[in-house]
Amino acid sequence: MQRSKLWARLKSWEALLFIILCVVIFVNLRLSSHYLDLNNLANIFHLSIEKSLMVLIMAFVIINGEIDLSVASIMALGATVLAERYEAGWSIAAGLALALLVGLGCGLLNGLFVAYMGIPSLIVTLAGQIGYRGAARIILEDRSVGDFPKWFTSLGQDGFIGPFPITSFLFLALFILGLVVLQYSVFGRYVYAIGNNRAAAEYAGINAKQVKVTLFMLSGLIAALAGACYAARLGNVRANAAEGFELDVITIVLLGGVSIFGGTGTMLGVGLSLLVVLNLRNGMSLSNVDGNTQTSVVGSLLILSVLIPNWMQRLQRLLSHLFAKNPKLFNRGGAAEPKSPVSVHQ
Amino acid sequence: MRRVRRLVPLQRLRELSLVLILIIVIVIFGNQIDNYYTPRTFNRISSTVALITLVAVGQTLVLLTRNVDLSVGSMVGFTAYYLGRHLSKTEDMSPMVLAAMAMGIGGAMGLINGLLVAYGRIPAIVVTLGTMAIYRGALVRYSDSKSVATRELPPWIKDLPQETLYKFGEYELRALPGIALGAVIIFFFILLYSSFGRRLYAIGSSPEAAHLAGIHAPRMVTLAFTLCGALSGLGGMVYLARFGTITVEAGRGLELQVVAAAVVGGVSITGGSGTVLGAMLGAILIGTLEQSLIRMQINEFWKDAVMGLCIIVAVSVDRILINQLTPWWSRTELQRMPEEPHAEV
Repeated sequence: MQRSKLWARLKSWEALLFIILCVVIFVNLRLSSHYLDLNNLANIFHLSIEKSLMVLIMAFVIINGEIDLSVASIMALGATVLAERYEAGWSIAAGLALALLVGLGCGLLNGLFVAYMGIPSLIVTLAGQIGYRGAARIILEDRSVGDFPKWFTSLGQDGFIGPFPITSFLFLALFILGLVVLQYSVFGRYVYAIGNNRAAAEYAGINAKQVKVTLFMLSGLIAALAGACYAARLGNVRANAAEGFELDVITIVLLGGVSIFGGTGTMLGVGLSLLVVLNLRNGMSLSNVDGNTQTSVVGSLLILSVLIPNWMQRLQRLLSHLFAKNPKLFNRGGAAEPKSPVSVHQ
Repeated sequence: MRRVRRLVPLQRLRELSLVLILIIVIVIFGNQIDNYYTPRTFNRISSTVALITLVAVGQTLVLLTRNVDLSVGSMVGFTAYYLGRHLSKTEDMSPMVLAAMAMGIGGAMGLINGLLVAYGRIPAIVVTLGTMAIYRGALVRYSDSKSVATRELPPWIKDLPQETLYKFGEYELRALPGIALGAVIIFFFILLYSSFGRRLYAIGSSPEAAHLAGIHAPRMVTLAFTLCGALSGLGGMVYLARFGTITVEAGRGLELQVVAAAVVGGVSITGGSGTVLGAMLGAILIGTLEQSLIRMQINEFWKDAVMGLCIIVAVSVDRILINQLTPWWSRTELQRMPEEPHAEV
């Protein structure tokens, strides 16, 4: 009994990610002597803090069986609102509050169309992606706004403890919060239940519409917060900030073992996959690989991460068919692998 | 009324209402913009729409099977760059050979997508999100981050956008919209009358039923992705002819416009319903809005916000109308058919 549990752990997605992470770190260590510098380690998180923040909430959204393509646009809109209001004489705090409110509003709009109109989230948030970006363009046109007060930019740039800025700790806190909420709270269980089988969840008395709207609102809120981090980190804001971030965010979540059809995946897996992608990109940057090639390596990893378990499963099925006398040999340990994507054309 | 309902299927009604919206949009812009009803406007809009339409036709084939292809932008960019580089090296090359090459390259990339989705059993959104990055990375690698400049190209491809196929009065059907229109007509009939087309609808409507009916879904899905790739490749040629200068960023973000066009045109993202005619009308609507808003000169920065709004409004209105109309519209069908006694099993 004990042994089979251990075996299941070892076969789990998280274990595989952990092994990949170790390989990536090992290769990075061999490639560059600067990898272990504390400054470099801080940079790994610091340079993509916005993506990391959005990954957390995207995991919730995808596990719930939806998708949010509009996060990067809401993020740009949040940063834009903050910058424009500051320029108009508001304090940073008031601007930030308005930016968060705008993010919440955008999320609410997405959520209402998805939950109450029944339009697929891919379409709603695609329209949102174009529309919210457009709103940011209306506000800032093609200007770049900066000149934030020193204390604000130092929040995003300077070390808080060692070289790690305070935004890194914000991420850490939100990660732990996300882990607890997703894995150990009633709301988290609702998210899984709806993602697994919405009809069943509704018959069980879960208000799926409410959960979905809440998630989209949170997604908008976190995206706007990420926008504020972006403004603090770079010190100036343009309307085309963060274009294409949503794809990176979704890639990290899917690589973390979250099924695109919803219902499976863990926060731990998502966190590990975030570490894998960030370290991989950092290692490639240290060895002068350009951004597009980095993205395509991550893309290949994404495809392989689903393809290989699928093949393994088929191989297992084939083997257990051949050794039909003892089918249990290859069938122990329960749900070790992520749910095989229910291919729609079987 | 009953006869009308019998003659016009709901899908046609959807397309008719799109045409109506299109006319309203054109009339509104015509009132706002001076010299709007001129051949120049028509030509400008039609050559913008050509590229989106061509790729949207391919996207429709994929969407019908409940899949989605997000890599079309990268495929267009890669093909456009490859053809441009090739043309700058070889002097004489006939347009037909070039088009075949474009479709071959695009088709190969689409085939990879299709095989991974159908036989690798990976969700289409995962595969094409990955290949979108991979094809773009391949383009950067292949091009060494250099651009193709217009002056390197032979004259015939630069003149292709000005080529006139057919004239009605002052309005000309130019070559690029002609290619797109050709693709729409061909695939309209393929989807409507060929067994391949009907199988795509069957797979999208109900995978289980299609399987029980003996349809080999993986083969059809692979074929749909390959055709989508081939049409994107042709789109790459159109892109090259239209813009001339090709950077590694060519076609980035096109996939969103294409999916938006198909969806506005009534192609369901959950598969099984929609026509290429609708996708074309969606592309025309989006292209008209885009070009007209640019010409309005009130503020070009309003363009994206208005586009986003239009997409969500179009889809919502479509959803509400179709939900309301479907029972009433199909009532005649039920009344006409006498109830058949169930066969004894």
